Amino acid sequence: MSERSLIDELPGELMMWVLILSELLVFGAGLVALLAVRLTDPSGFAEAQDHLYRTGAALNTVVLVTSGYLAACALHWCRSGRRARARWALLLAAGLGALFLVIKGAEYAGKAAQGISYDTHPFFMFYYLLTGFHAAHVLAGVAILLLVAWRDAPRNIEAGAQFWHMVDLVWVLLYPVVYLAG
Amino acid sequence: MKYESQKIALVYFAVAMGLFAIQVLGGLLAGWIYVAPNTLSELLPFNIVRMLHTNSLVVWLILGFFGAAYFLIPEEAEREIHSTKLAYIQLAILVLGTLGVVVTYVFNLFEGHWLLGKEGREFIEQPKWVKAGIVVAALIFLYNVSMTVLKGKKTAITNILLLGLWGLALLFLFSFYNPSNLALDKQYWWYIVHLWVEGVWELIMASILAYLMLKLTGVDREVVEKWLYVIVAAALFSGILGTGHHYYWIGTPGYWQWIGSVFSSLEVIPFFAMMAFAFVMVWKGRRDHPNKAALLWSLGCATLAFFGAGVWGFLHTLHGVNYYTHGTQITAAHGHLAFFGAYVALNLAIFSYAMPILRNRDPYNQVLNMASFWLMSSGMVFMTFVLTFAGTIQTHLQRVMGEYFMDVQDQVAIFYWMRFGSGLVVVIGALLFIYAMWVPRREIIERGAVETPAE
Repeated sequence: MSERSLIDELPGELMMWVLILSELLVFGAGLVALLAVRLTDPSGFAEAQDHLYRTGAALNTVVLVTSGYLAACALHWCRSGRRARARWALLLAAGLGALFLVIKGAEYAGKAAQGISYDTHPFFMFYYLLTGFHAAHVLAGVAILLLVAWRDAPRNIEAGAQFWHMVDLVWVLLYPVVYLAG
Repeated sequence: MKYESQKIALVYFAVAMGLFAIQVLGGLLAGWIYVAPNTLSELLPFNIVRMLHTNSLVVWLILGFFGAAYFLIPEEAEREIHSTKLAYIQLAILVLGTLGVVVTYVFNLFEGHWLLGKEGREFIEQPKWVKAGIVVAALIFLYNVSMTVLKGKKTAITNILLLGLWGLALLFLFSFYNPSNLALDKQYWWYIVHLWVEGVWELIMASILAYLMLKLTGVDREVVEKWLYVIVAAALFSGILGTGHHYYWIGTPGYWQWIGSVFSSLEVIPFFAMMAFAFVMVWKGRRDHPNKAALLWSLGCATLAFFGAGVWGFLHTLHGVNYYTHGTQITAAHGHLAFFGAYVALNLAIFSYAMPILRNRDPYNQVLNMASFWLMSSGMVFMTFVLTFAGTIQTHLQRVMGEYFMDVQDQVAIFYWMRFGSGLVVVIGALLFIYAMWVPRREIIERGAVETPAE
């Protein structure tokens, strides 16, 4: 039964892959919807997009990708028996996740100070929905990283890193479409 | 039957089938009122007939779920149900409540009374005393089955089934909360109906289907469980925020239009997975189970649920489409095939499987049962098609051209006549099913020698 063995060959938890696929479908659909609605009002979307703080988002990209790298290192170190080092890497990865949220929070606060909310322009509805959902996942990811730093079996770290890389990947997809493309 | 307490299921199934008969007859009457609107307009107005049609549907489906739980939990947990007496008390409360509801609705007794009167919120019109009774019965049920599972063997099937049944009961508590703000009222209202049919009921459906597949196809439990977890994850992931597709036009903020559209579009996935699961299990399975009728209903359930709930749901779930189709006959088309495919056929599948075992008449008459499957399913599919056509025309004339509601209704009357005809076929099928379950004692058609391998 080739079909069964193909699924068995997947590294990590099957359910995590199901979750990752589902998340990618949701964020993918959200991005497609944003691009589709933008066609109806390109100049309005471009004008709204200019209110975004692009440098902060770029900085956040570096923060999140670095954090993802640390999570990957943690799994590698844990498997090769360097347990303490792996746990420190996970804590650092979670810390960078928290830093991401701080920068994101500052970004939202800046928007609020300018009087921008989700119903200011359709662009901001997508902006808040997409980045807000993503930030919620970062929050969950930080909790998961801390959890697997505590319960640090290689299997657990693998599942945590899988989730965290999904959060990474989604951000790398969101960043160009929401902040840059126009 | 391995366990004596599985017998409880028989009484639940009996009451469920009785209500099923009332439900389809009520549906037939409602279908007739569509073509002859003055029928019984004073004595039994359409809104009451519709209420009975939908409420009795929900009640008999839930009774079927309860019966299914009492039937399959002893086998899965490998022990008798905790208390047989409690199970019968639970049923007595539910039957009393159901009778109270029918009498209260039909004669409109105690109008406006806080405890005894009909509450007026669609689908949760039950008087408060009935609601309280439902909660008590649900608590008894959950206590009874949870104790059985806790003391016995725990399997993925019972875990998911219990999760679904607990969710069902807890979400019903929202029927007691009735905020005066109409938008909030509707928001919480959907917690019950939607989070049932597109959330926890899907868990119940997946676990009962998994049980049937395990028994009918003989596929390894390990394989069944893997599918079960994936289906359940997909159902909860899409179904919970998919509730947003009911929040488009009730006064909630605009972002619900996108949350609802995106997540509810994904609700097709668990239904597709359940259909794929059922067929893959049958192809892989090596067991040639004699109960072909139960297998037919199981496969029919998974297939019609995918089309009725999945495809017909997706047809009008995007808010740009729903802006035009909301509340037209498109909704009725979807509602009929979705409920029939997902939950009616599921119940009839477990009845078909369990009844011969419960009544010790294995093998029993399957020909009539299978004939009833084709009658009911083809009738329901035809009804779905005519209502879809009616809804498409209605949407165009009423929502695009701006014609008046009743003028449009006159123009789609032909479809209502065809719907009545297909409804009649469904009713005949339903009555035939009930007959096949209870009356015949042996096969009408003997199985041919070629068809009968050594079993």
